[in-house]
Amino acid sequence: MSQSIVVIGAGQAGGWAARTLRDQGHDGRIVLVGRECRPPYERPPLSKGILDGVTAPEAATIFAKSVLEQLAIEWRAPVECLSIDRGKRHVLLSDRSTIAYDKLILCTGGRARPLSLPGGNLPGVFQLRSMEDALAIAARLEPGKRLVAVGGGWIGLEVAATANMRGLDVTIVEADARLCARTVPPQASSYLLSLHEQHRTQVLLGCDIERIEPDSAGGLVVVLKDGRVLPADIIVAGIGLLPNDELARDAGLECRGGIIVDTQCRTSDERIFAAGDVTLAYNHWHDRRLRLESWQNAQDQGIAAAKAALGINIQYDPLPRFWSDQYGIRIQMLGCPNSERGIPIVRQGREAGHFMVFCVDSSRLLGAFSVNAASDLREARRILMSGRPVAPAALADPTFDLADL
Amino acid sequence: MSNEWFKVAELSEIRVDRTRLCRIGDQVLCLYNLDGAIYATDDLCTHGAASLADGFIENGEIVCPLHDGRFCIRTGKATGAPCTIDIKTYSVKVKDGAVLLDSTEFADVPHDRTIP
Repeated sequence: MSQSIVVIGAGQAGGWAARTLRDQGHDGRIVLVGRECRPPYERPPLSKGILDGVTAPEAATIFAKSVLEQLAIEWRAPVECLSIDRGKRHVLLSDRSTIAYDKLILCTGGRARPLSLPGGNLPGVFQLRSMEDALAIAARLEPGKRLVAVGGGWIGLEVAATANMRGLDVTIVEADARLCARTVPPQASSYLLSLHEQHRTQVLLGCDIERIEPDSAGGLVVVLKDGRVLPADIIVAGIGLLPNDELARDAGLECRGGIIVDTQCRTSDERIFAAGDVTLAYNHWHDRRLRLESWQNAQDQGIAAAKAALGINIQYDPLPRFWSDQYGIRIQMLGCPNSERGIPIVRQGREAGHFMVFCVDSSRLLGAFSVNAASDLREARRILMSGRPVAPAALADPTFDLADL
Repeated sequence: MSNEWFKVAELSEIRVDRTRLCRIGDQVLCLYNLDGAIYATDDLCTHGAASLADGFIENGEIVCPLHDGRFCIRTGKATGAPCTIDIKTYSVKVKDGAVLLDSTEFADVPHDRTIP
């Protein structure tokens, strides 16, 4: 008898996992359990086109309902998975039904880290994770209003850029001394700071928030620890992701701030696999376990987990790839541009506005950060994948064609 | 209708395992050099707004620079997620070091480049 495979979580990872099972010839039951009303969609447009109003929500859909039907994927939504019974090999859903599984793939993703300070849950304070979040924020982005982005990471910067372009008066408040400190080298942080300041966004670094208060006019006030106050009409907090690993933890699967998986996307139960933002996996470019939390990882690990669940031998340890669009500028990253094992090498492009920062150890490239430099980034990728030694001086010299390396 | 081929590039302008952007009227193509053999496809990825000429050639496939979708350069077949729609390919001939395309495949061919 053919096996039943259940995928918990119908985001990008879950959607790709379910589809891949069918693409790879699995002819048994596939159930895709989602807590949102929408079929699988991708999240990058949420902080850009959806906030901007130029992208319709449907345009973010990865697999429409009709596609899921064609593939005979049983999409159950909106429903929550409450528990996994590993002994009986079934899951319990919030509608009190149970679904038996032979293999289970957990793609439960993450949620926005809440702003846990006084006033952090006042009306007008938002987080951005789901389409519904994005639509609620978009409806309030009126020209002339004041927006405070809490957190100078990727979500905060993209929200700030989109709101600024829509004519809002924007302030970014970041606790760290620089922007995107977790993912980019200092030279890249400086670039991002100047980009936002050029667009007349106020960026406050090294600033902690004491509390948020309502003001008498129906707005909000952000009170900083140093006593300064920032009036705001809307506050969007982008301060990181919390993995939705409770289901796995309650089932006794090994978790440590994410579900631990190996290069076969296997959890500590051989019948249970996991993929996407919720997973914690070793990546050799970073030389540690981490949650990759990227569009690319959600898709590719979802595909990999489905193959692994079907017994196909895979080795999932990808070259990390990431992009961000701000003010019409394309920022891309490869590998680990902020590695402690390397030093940063700046390459100014041949044309104005092109900019790269490489991360190089004694002789090898570990990662790259690029601004509007697609062809140089392509050469960086070639070098990264080959693992061959590079001369830092050549990387830094904009007249040197990286294709010759 | 007899084919008329027209020159779009010198073979020497396209390095092995590299791409080159090519405009014919309003159409934008990407030329590829796979071990000395030249191929042509549409330049715009069928998934997102990205130029395949900025992409990376790996195992006979072009990897889109934006989302890492893949197409077989020879056949145009979409071979890697998120791409599911094939990309249009074009006939290519190399003659005397010149890269030629078939004018019957294009609406708007500059006459001065036509080679009978």
